[in-house]
Amino acid sequence: MHVVLQAVSLRIERGEHVALVGKSGVGKSTLLKLAFSALTRSVTAGADPMPSIAFLPQELGLVTQLPVFHNVYMARLARYGRLQNLRNFVWPQAARAAEMESILGQLDMPSSLRTAVASLSGGQKQRVAVARALYQEAEVLLADEPCSALDGPQADNVLQLLTSSFTASIVALHDVDLALKHATRVIGLRDGRLALDEPSATLRAADLGFLYE
Amino acid sequence: MSDPERGQVKPPLPLGLGSATVRVSLIFLGVAFVSLLLGDIEITTSDPWGEMLRFAGGFLTPSLDSIDTLATALLRTVGFAFVGVALGSIAGYLLMLFFDKALVRAFCAFIRAIHELFWALIFLQFFGLHPLTGVLAIAIPYAGVFAKVYAEINDETDPLPGLVLPPIRSRFIQALFLKLPQAFAHVKSYTAYRLECGFRSSAILGFVGLPTLGFYLESAFVQGHYSEVAAMLMIFYLIIATMRWWLRPRLLPLYVLASPFFLGEGLPIVWSNVGRFFTEDIVPAPLKNGVSWSSPSELWEWFSPIAQEQIVPGLWNTVILTQIALVATAILTLIAFVLVSKHFGGAKRRSVGHLFLVVGRSTPEYILAYMLLQLWGPSMLPAVVALALHNGCIIGHLIGRQSNELVLRPGTGTGTDLYFFELLPRLYRPFLAFLFYRWEIIMRETAILGVLGIYTLGFYIDSAIENIRFDVALLLILVTAMLNIAIDMLSRKLRAGLRLTTMPTPDVP
Repeated sequence: MHVVLQAVSLRIERGEHVALVGKSGVGKSTLLKLAFSALTRSVTAGADPMPSIAFLPQELGLVTQLPVFHNVYMARLARYGRLQNLRNFVWPQAARAAEMESILGQLDMPSSLRTAVASLSGGQKQRVAVARALYQEAEVLLADEPCSALDGPQADNVLQLLTSSFTASIVALHDVDLALKHATRVIGLRDGRLALDEPSATLRAADLGFLYE
Repeated sequence: MSDPERGQVKPPLPLGLGSATVRVSLIFLGVAFVSLLLGDIEITTSDPWGEMLRFAGGFLTPSLDSIDTLATALLRTVGFAFVGVALGSIAGYLLMLFFDKALVRAFCAFIRAIHELFWALIFLQFFGLHPLTGVLAIAIPYAGVFAKVYAEINDETDPLPGLVLPPIRSRFIQALFLKLPQAFAHVKSYTAYRLECGFRSSAILGFVGLPTLGFYLESAFVQGHYSEVAAMLMIFYLIIATMRWWLRPRLLPLYVLASPFFLGEGLPIVWSNVGRFFTEDIVPAPLKNGVSWSSPSELWEWFSPIAQEQIVPGLWNTVILTQIALVATAILTLIAFVLVSKHFGGAKRRSVGHLFLVVGRSTPEYILAYMLLQLWGPSMLPAVVALALHNGCIIGHLIGRQSNELVLRPGTGTGTDLYFFELLPRLYRPFLAFLFYRWEIIMRETAILGVLGIYTLGFYIDSAIENIRFDVALLLILVTAMLNIAIDMLSRKLRAGLRLTTMPTPDVP
């Protein structure tokens, strides 16, 4: 059996924004998926109530046949009642659209609510998925390369938005500079193990180089 | 290279016996052959060929004399199909939401195992000739089919969008946002295909008295008005062949909403009949007379003659006829696909082939069997030919289309070389998959053809209803459904065992 990831135990506090770094194929995506299913499916015995989680996988999980509005709205399907969901499927509410418009505006995608996701570019799709995660208004974000298809300033903007909108986050990033700039803590994986776990303030880009050798 | 030990090299087994698909095929062939010896296959009318010539002559002189009746009949046929299929697809979609529950799957298997015509015969007993009878007769079995196929289609969609979201409690909302948009194209083409089936179902409901095509076809046929019969059938083919032009998505709501107004008045429902049907008519005779369940001997006395005189011969004949028809369908398919395959003959010849296949698959088996029965007299022969023609044309069309997707190396042989060495080996597995998929459908039809006087289960059901013994009729319908479910399971096992994975959802345009 090929083991991608060795036993890993992590504790993330409120207010911490973790960047998960390491070579591709090192197990970042696996770790995030496992964390997501552990946090959503199991009820821990501990005293802490489960935080609400927004998950943003690399494959995005958009329903490309639907417009942007419906894809972003999905984040709240569990929150709203069946009738309201049905109503918004058929006839989107102005209030919901306005809420989304403000998020999409910050992501540099204004007036795109009616566009079918299938017709968007890769970078635009990624921002729709980001908007969906933001619209969920969860406490914790788990995201896997949320800005891999975006250019420098846009990527910066997206990470800024994400870290300021969630109380805690784990974001897998391949860009070391972005990781150091936006995270409060950096976790590095190497050969399927935790190889680094430091506050980002104490790190410089060169300190992470060994993870990529 | 020379072979020093001549005679030591063993050639492969003859007839491809080394292959499991061939062995299974030969078993089916053998069973059909034995069935053929046991079954009753003959032509009993005094002048079958003269009558057939007169019938064929009708197609040369189609008559629109009774255009008024014809138009009404066609309008109602289309109307019942629209309402029945629309209700069936909505109900099927809702049932599909709970398809992970074994009880729902069993329920759907049960309602689709009972033929439209049997449902109609049941509803006729208490709703009478009310439009509701025809609508429910289509909607109920179709709901069972839709639920199953929609569930299969949904299983093919990407589950990720649902996995990233917080759990959604409502199954309906989940399907609406996450599944339906992904599956929509497939759902749409399958539903359109079932609508075409719905036209055929609706047409044959006329044979039990509803005001659709079958009703007028039967009366024209018995009077020998073959020119009118020809006109009815030709317009029916025209309606189906032109579906793609008049069945526009934008017009669909209009059709569905307008259809209920074209079903005719029928007769009013007598609600006391409805109550009586459930509380008295279908209760087994011994229980009706106040005997309690605690004395099973009386119940056995009731059941035993039914089993001996009706269930056993009915099952026997149904199975025999099904197996003959299945193999006849297979043989016809293997010939029919050549007619539309681009590897044989040019565009002109293929369009003739297409015409033949469209006519074959658009004519309901029941109508074909009815006409052949009138021409040849009662035996299993008309049923076998009708089932083989209809189903052979359907599978032949699908296999022909698959053959057109094959890219062959340049320099292949022609004629039988091409057929046996290049095409048949490549097409044999999908062919078997489609055939086994239709096995259960052929059995359903075989049972129903009994209503026409062939001694399959439908014959005994129809006689029980005529003798106002609804308890017996219902028992026989249950037996038929069980046989159908058994064949469905056997077919699934066979397809899994032979790893025939083609998902045969025919999206016939």
